[in-house]
Amino acid sequence: MADDTVRLGIHELIAAYADCIDDDRLEEWADFFVDDCRYLVTDRESHEAGLKHGVIYCASRGMLVDRVTSLRRVLMFEEHRYRHLVGPTRILSLDGKVAETRSNFFIARIMHDGGTSLFATGRYLDRIDVSRAPYRFIERLVVLDSQKIDTLLVIPL
Amino acid sequence: MSVQDGMFAREQGGVNWRSNALSEVPFRVYTDPRQYALEQETIFKGETWNYLCLANEIPSPGDWVATTIGEVAIIVARDTDGQVNAFVNRCAHRGNLLCLKNKGHGREITCIYHGWSYDLAGELTGVAFEKGVKRQGGMAPEFHKDEHHLHRLRVEELCGLVFGTFSERVADLQAYLGSVVVGGIKRVLDGRPTHIIGRSTQILPNNWKLYFENVKDTYHASILHSFLTTFRINRLSMPGGINISEDGGNHFSFAKLDYAAEDADYQAAKLRSDTDLKLEDNSVVESVDEFGDQISVQILTVFPNMVLQQVRNTIAVRVIRPRGVDRTELEWVHLGFDSDDETMQERRLRQGNLIGAAGYISMEDGCVGGFVQRALKDNDDDSGIVMMGGHDAESQNFRASEAAIRGFWKKYRALTGV
Repeated sequence: MADDTVRLGIHELIAAYADCIDDDRLEEWADFFVDDCRYLVTDRESHEAGLKHGVIYCASRGMLVDRVTSLRRVLMFEEHRYRHLVGPTRILSLDGKVAETRSNFFIARIMHDGGTSLFATGRYLDRIDVSRAPYRFIERLVVLDSQKIDTLLVIPL
Repeated sequence: MSVQDGMFAREQGGVNWRSNALSEVPFRVYTDPRQYALEQETIFKGETWNYLCLANEIPSPGDWVATTIGEVAIIVARDTDGQVNAFVNRCAHRGNLLCLKNKGHGREITCIYHGWSYDLAGELTGVAFEKGVKRQGGMAPEFHKDEHHLHRLRVEELCGLVFGTFSERVADLQAYLGSVVVGGIKRVLDGRPTHIIGRSTQILPNNWKLYFENVKDTYHASILHSFLTTFRINRLSMPGGINISEDGGNHFSFAKLDYAAEDADYQAAKLRSDTDLKLEDNSVVESVDEFGDQISVQILTVFPNMVLQQVRNTIAVRVIRPRGVDRTELEWVHLGFDSDDETMQERRLRQGNLIGAAGYISMEDGCVGGFVQRALKDNDDDSGIVMMGGHDAESQNFRASEAAIRGFWKKYRALTGV
């Protein structure tokens, strides 16, 4: 089993990531990832079928930065925020340098007019670099339970 | 549908067109539930070919998928002879939904309610307790299984795309599409085997026609989707055009790109806008001229429910599914060729960020129809103006035009009789 320091570090990373998005500090979002990272948003059916084409596919830290730049400066959409509820994180494996974890989530979307709805449910399947502090994501695979997305997905999950 | 049914539906329809001009569209056409009901009868169940699925989703005898035409539940199945059949997903006995999953495989389809079973050509093959139990009950003597079967559709296939129609009268598929649009399909689905590399569904808070018009609208692309202009992806000088089928319903628009010049720009890190913005990672747009004709964008529609897109090296079928007067489901089916090497596979995935519910040049289409729908709420007495590029629905060799939208209304009005 992972020792408590590693366990706490992983929990801190996963909670801080959600706070960063929910607090609209998206400029800090890419800092949760190593440079040579992967961030994918897909769905359960595609994931189980081994299909790699999800709705977002970032294969470098630069692609994450571009997502945020586009959201802030380029893309047109109605203002909204998320509220993440991330369940307890299970550490599936740990080899001293890399931890593999799973965390389930509910994400509510709060529109600028107050309209609130359950926007996404699913699980994070993470590979985390725990060789040095602060811990960072090597890979964050967001597996949505549903293949349906309401209207659009612009703020990262 | 009979002519009488059509007359009845039209009498129930609530939208009056002020003129015969294609360049004027009454707003109520997007909001009136009676109009929506009329469309289900005269368009989706009328003289149109509807996209059903890809042939490679049901490669083997016994394979089936469930889909919809308009709001009608449909099964598409490959029978023991290898023939693709389509029928309404409704038991002939009491109307129960037969297939409860999206796909499956089997020799026959059995209704869970009373155990009636059908082969994959839609023929009724078994009726539970047909002769009764212990000589009591059973079907009345005048009941004959061979007089009952599932409601079958006409089916045709083109380039691996399977289409179906309720209509006995509509022309064969290729005549319906028109030779120009057939050519557009064959250009992308050029005979190389394809496979699905991903799929998702975007829920649009608007009438289905607002999305269909959006796809035919070459005017909005470089305005609403500012990602294109910000990063100078859609160059105004790009040669292109719009090809529209004679009846107006089907079309494709295209634009050419100087791939070599753009590549040189990437090398010189000049892919930036007049603002200070620049992409950190250009791989989201780095593309190759895979069809050898410099066409970097081809958007093709088949009235009333399909889009075939090539945006750079992304290839996708989009299926438009009406789900009420102000709700539409847009399914994205992303395709790759079996011959793609690893580099091409990765390229398609990275460029996949351009399209779909989170796509840099498509996400706005998910919300803009909803904005129109909201603006029309209890406020739909007037008409929209579709006059860019004239009043006709003819093919044009420029894209600052709404000609393809007028084509949509030409076909729509011919079918709905308004």
